[in-house]
Amino acid sequence: MSTTTEPKHRLPQFISPRSTTEQPLSYLTAERGIRSWLFTLDHKRIGVMYLIGILTSFLMGGVMALLVRTELLTPGPTIMDADTYNHMFTLHGAIMTFLFIIPSIPAALGNFVLPLMIGAKDVAFPRMNLASLYLWVFGAVFLVAAMGLNGLDTGWTFYTPYSTTTNSSVISATMGVFILGFSSIFTGINFIATVHTMRPKGMTWFRMPLFLWSLYATAIIQVLATPVLGITLMLLIAERVAGIGIFDPALGGDPVLYQHFFWFYSHPAVYIMILPAMGIISELISTFSRTRIFGYRFLCYSSVAIALLGFLVWGHHMFTSESAMAAVIFSALTFSVSIPSGIKIFNWLATLYKGSISLTTPMCFALSFIVLFAFGGLTGLFLGALATDVHLHDTYFVVAHFHYVMMGGTLMAFIGGLFYWWPKMFGKMYNEFWGRMSCLGIFVGFNWTFFPQFLLGTKGMARRYYNYKPEFQGLHVVSTLGAFVLGVGLVICAAVLVHSLFRGRKAPPNPWGVATMEWETTSPPPVHNFEDTPKVTDPYDLEGFVLNETSGNYERRPAGITSSQKPSEVKA
Amino acid sequence: MIAEASSATQAPSRFRAHHFETAEQQYAASKLGMWLFLVTEVLFFGGLFVAYAVFRTLHPEVFMNSAQLLDTRLGAINTVILLFSSLTMAWAVRCSQLGQQRGLVICLSLTIFAAIVFLGIKGVEYSHKWHEGHLWASQYSSGDAASVGGFDRAGTFFSIYFAMTGLHAIHIVAGIAAIGWVLMRSLRGDFGPNYFTPVDTVGLYWHLVDLVWIFLFPLLYLIG
Amino acid sequence: MNTLNQYLIFAESTGSVWLPSQSSTVAGEVDGVFSLILWISMIFFIGIVGALVWFVVRYRRQPGVPAQREIHHSTVLEIAWSVIPFMLLIVIFVAGFGTFMGMAAEVDDAYEIHVVGKKWVWSFQYPNGYIDDALHIPVDQPIKLTMSSDDVIHSVFIPAFRVKRDVIPGRYTTLAFEATQTGTFDLFCAEYCGTKHSDMYSDVVVHPSGEFEAWLEKASNFLETMSPADAGKALYKRRGCAQCHSVDGSQMVGPSFYKLFGQQAVLDTGEAISVDGNYIRESILEPQAKARAGYRKVMPTYQGQLKDEEIAAIIEYIKTLKE
Ligand code: HEA
Ligand code: HEA
Ligand code: HEC
Ligand code: CUA
Ligand SMILES: [Cu+2]
Repeated sequence: MSTTTEPKHRLPQFISPRSTTEQPLSYLTAERGIRSWLFTLDHKRIGVMYLIGILTSFLMGGVMALLVRTELLTPGPTIMDADTYNHMFTLHGAIMTFLFIIPSIPAALGNFVLPLMIGAKDVAFPRMNLASLYLWVFGAVFLVAAMGLNGLDTGWTFYTPYSTTTNSSVISATMGVFILGFSSIFTGINFIATVHTMRPKGMTWFRMPLFLWSLYATAIIQVLATPVLGITLMLLIAERVAGIGIFDPALGGDPVLYQHFFWFYSHPAVYIMILPAMGIISELISTFSRTRIFGYRFLCYSSVAIALLGFLVWGHHMFTSESAMAAVIFSALTFSVSIPSGIKIFNWLATLYKGSISLTTPMCFALSFIVLFAFGGLTGLFLGALATDVHLHDTYFVVAHFHYVMMGGTLMAFIGGLFYWWPKMFGKMYNEFWGRMSCLGIFVGFNWTFFPQFLLGTKGMARRYYNYKPEFQGLHVVSTLGAFVLGVGLVICAAVLVHSLFRGRKAPPNPWGVATMEWETTSPPPVHNFEDTPKVTDPYDLEGFVLNETSGNYERRPAGITSSQKPSEVKA
Repeated sequence: MIAEASSATQAPSRFRAHHFETAEQQYAASKLGMWLFLVTEVLFFGGLFVAYAVFRTLHPEVFMNSAQLLDTRLGAINTVILLFSSLTMAWAVRCSQLGQQRGLVICLSLTIFAAIVFLGIKGVEYSHKWHEGHLWASQYSSGDAASVGGFDRAGTFFSIYFAMTGLHAIHIVAGIAAIGWVLMRSLRGDFGPNYFTPVDTVGLYWHLVDLVWIFLFPLLYLIG
Repeated sequence: MNTLNQYLIFAESTGSVWLPSQSSTVAGEVDGVFSLILWISMIFFIGIVGALVWFVVRYRRQPGVPAQREIHHSTVLEIAWSVIPFMLLIVIFVAGFGTFMGMAAEVDDAYEIHVVGKKWVWSFQYPNGYIDDALHIPVDQPIKLTMSSDDVIHSVFIPAFRVKRDVIPGRYTTLAFEATQTGTFDLFCAEYCGTKHSDMYSDVVVHPSGEFEAWLEKASNFLETMSPADAGKALYKRRGCAQCHSVDGSQMVGPSFYKLFGQQAVLDTGEAISVDGNYIRESILEPQAKARAGYRKVMPTYQGQLKDEEIAAIIEYIKTLKE
């Protein structure tokens, strides 16, 4: 951490002298060669590498999801046998949660944006940041190796004693998840330390952009909850290897204790998934309504409230296994999280009110988020209420609920954020029309896939079922068709982004007219982020910008101009 | 110790990473980072303490009786050794702040030595348990405690015992490595009044490892 | 609203778009809670989407027209949209809580049935000791299931009764309900338990009042009333042998019973034996004592669970499986 010397720019032989005088080298091109990526300490490059890993995992998990859906087209065998199916949904769930969605926003987008947003050169511990990336890679290798060994058929929850007795590769997979946990902890520690110690003078807590608040709240959960998952998995491994008897009833252990331990992490983990997403939505809604976010302070408080209250509700996953007393307490506490979540939704709506709304691609995703998250969150109320959860627990109602919040929520926000920061990350604009079409495709396909699952669930279709009663087939077929529409939407989305890298128009520094600091620098930013240390301003002062029609760049209104920000200099 | 931060301002620039504006900022960040790491450690052990509490509440008599099977004398000696090592570690931090090279090296070496002795004694205890068959649930083989339902409940106690002390021992090993690294750097003369962050943060870690033992000793050996 | 409720969302006894038939005393109440939450959620959801669409249409960007909103926060509004949901949440919690406590309450004169779950079969033991693979109960009579598992966690789930409870190894859990309709209903295993989790299915047969005792009487005497081979066949199905052993020669977890009797078999020790009555008896009571080569040693012992006459009946049944 402490011995980094001032990095010197390599001589830029590959770039013409003209461009060096006009524009600083971007972080993408300043150094070349694979080694310059693998050993980089630059948070932006680390973010980009995370992004690649995460999208690969998503693709892998997504393909598995399509196989799962195809199998469910008919009761009984369709394309695989029962064991293969069990392996398939387990790996789908484990890859999507541990490899994709938990690191998605913080580690990929957060890593890129957080230092820029506070006008810093990097995160507090760049080496630890790189270490976290490598831990992610190792964890991924272990988790995916399970697939090549004996597979993994425990469900992503690894419930004992099933997980201690099955002959699939539980040890490799849980080792992987253990390592991924440390990757997540490292990111969390880094973000907390960065936000605490590296904010510039003038950026008080209540002048921080909301995305930072949400990353901060997320980091609290990462640091406080993840270690418990770590020790739980260690004990699980000890159980399998040596028969330590903490969780195995045959040796005097307690399988319900395992469930408590697991959910003590994994419920807060769902807020690790949703909080950063909410942060992105706050930025997008305000930017594309061209108006100050409504109720800034309530939004800050609600992030922290969700993070803290999220620690008190884990028992709602166990209404049918824990004592009635525990169930009652956890049910009551569960509802508390709904209030800060509601505040967010209503404040976003109020932000739209009397705004000047443009339906850009990121905004389309943000609006989809509000609809789908509200829907998914409200269905959480059926699960939090005791009487109804007894019926709905472990049915497709739960499956539908969590896809609405995870995919309809987090994934929509992630893609929205990706489109939003894409010009900053890669300096390229994309095709707006196809961007919006992909959003439409995903939105339609998503509801088509998962809405029928609510009906399946209420009718009594249990989850993790390979075979089912013929009366459920109709809805399963509908859902499977929807999944392919959804897949098409996502492929369009990927195509739009890839296309932009090669054919996209060059992005101006501030294409959306945002006041947060990452837009003060060039797109893509130089290695050290800013040529001149930017001035701290109000992050939601959108009125201070006017669009320059020729460059597509938003420039500060003349009144606000300072010598270092003359339009001629800012211009790309 | 935090008061020392201001003196760190003049830290030699070779130890200041480029992305920090001042050495104070760097010191504050490192310190906060270490504290956060310690929080994760506490929670990591926390899981085991909860497991201990749960099983103890379920089978108090098993825990009472089984605790008798541990060697309180060796446990107590180890407690004293760790307390001593905490002292030498704190002293090492002080030496580095005052720029006392020789003192720093001696204190760090003593700390490492104490840690190794601790592990040695732990090893002796483990081997006794091994010979007596006082092992974790599936390996437990001894007629000392009443067998219930096909397995020996005392095994549960020893499961917790081995999980907790084993995890703690791993932390001691990691501590030896970390202190060894600091010792190497101090032999190189890296530390002085202006720059002692690594000694300080490793010291914090070591105190936590000791603190965990301070809880383990009475819970496992004494209040049986 | 009530009729709309019934028509659109919940139907009476036969089931609806959403939920299966209401066939137990608590089902109606649970559906009441469901519909309460559904109405609250629908109102909020329609409100949210309505506002969203309206704002997007009404305030879409027009050239030269900047955003109009002047206020950027309003404590009154924000408190309002914290407190109103808060009240509603209390209502939802209390509704769910009340019904749940009703479900969990102990009833003194409940008819008690012991349930054992094991991969991947249910067995229901009636007070007279008789074991069946289907759950038979009298209508309008409180029932209490006392449940345990022989291996991993399972879960008894009867959608038409709106009840579910995990079946956990190493402890007993209970489930209480009272059926209000006669007929046959589904019982699923709701907790993931491995390969055949989705086939761990059983029927719940609700007998009209007075007929249950007659059924139990007849069923319990199956060893007397049936031929040994038929009784063996019934046991083969009821006691879970069918989960692992086929009778048509197809390969499953265990060796097929087809043409098993008299066959030459190789043990995992390499020794060859010929399958006779004694070997079968031993395989059932001590499955691992002589295990067949090429199979995992997963067969549970039936020591103390199958009576001698029952094992004899199974042997008779296996003998018949020649064709
Ligand atoms: C991103 C992830 C995410 C998020 C944000 C949530 C959010 C919530 N979840 Fe969900 N949940 C999961 C992911 C998530 N969940 C997963 C993965 C599982 C299954 C795991 C498994 O078993 O495999 C699960 C399972 C799960 C269960 C267990 C079900 C079971 O197995 O039986 C429960 C039960 O209480 C529950 C409840 C809730 C609640 C009350 C919220 C709340 O936070 C929702 C709050 C939001 C709102 C309520 C909407 C907005 C609010 C308003 C519009 C205000 C006005 C409305 C009123 C309050 C009346 N969830
Ligand atoms: C983030 C979390 C996440 C996501 C996104 C998804 C996405 C999907 N999930 Fe999954 N799912 C889980 C988390 C997730 N799931 C979990 C935790 C479980 C529980 C597992 C368990 O029970 O243990 C589960 C279980 C689960 C089941 C239940 C299985 C069962 O109980 O038997 C089903 C069944 O329909 C299902 C379906 C789908 C489908 C069709 C998608 C689709 O939406 C997938 C669509 C994706 C693609 C088709 C890939 C296309 C991608 C690209 C082309 C690249 C895109 C690139 C860019 C956008 C740049 N999932
Ligand atoms: C969980 C799976 C499972 C169940 C349930 C099960 N068995 Fe088996 N059985 C096996 C396996 C695997 C073997 C082969 C390995 C062995 O001998 O232990 C086997 C072997 C046997 C054999 C010896 C056959 C031979 O060819 O050597 C007999 C007889 C038998 N089982 C009878 C039964 C009966 C009767 C029942 C029910 C009352 C039953 N099994 C239930 C898995 C099962
Ligand atoms: Cu038994 Cu699932
Ligand atoms: Cu939860």
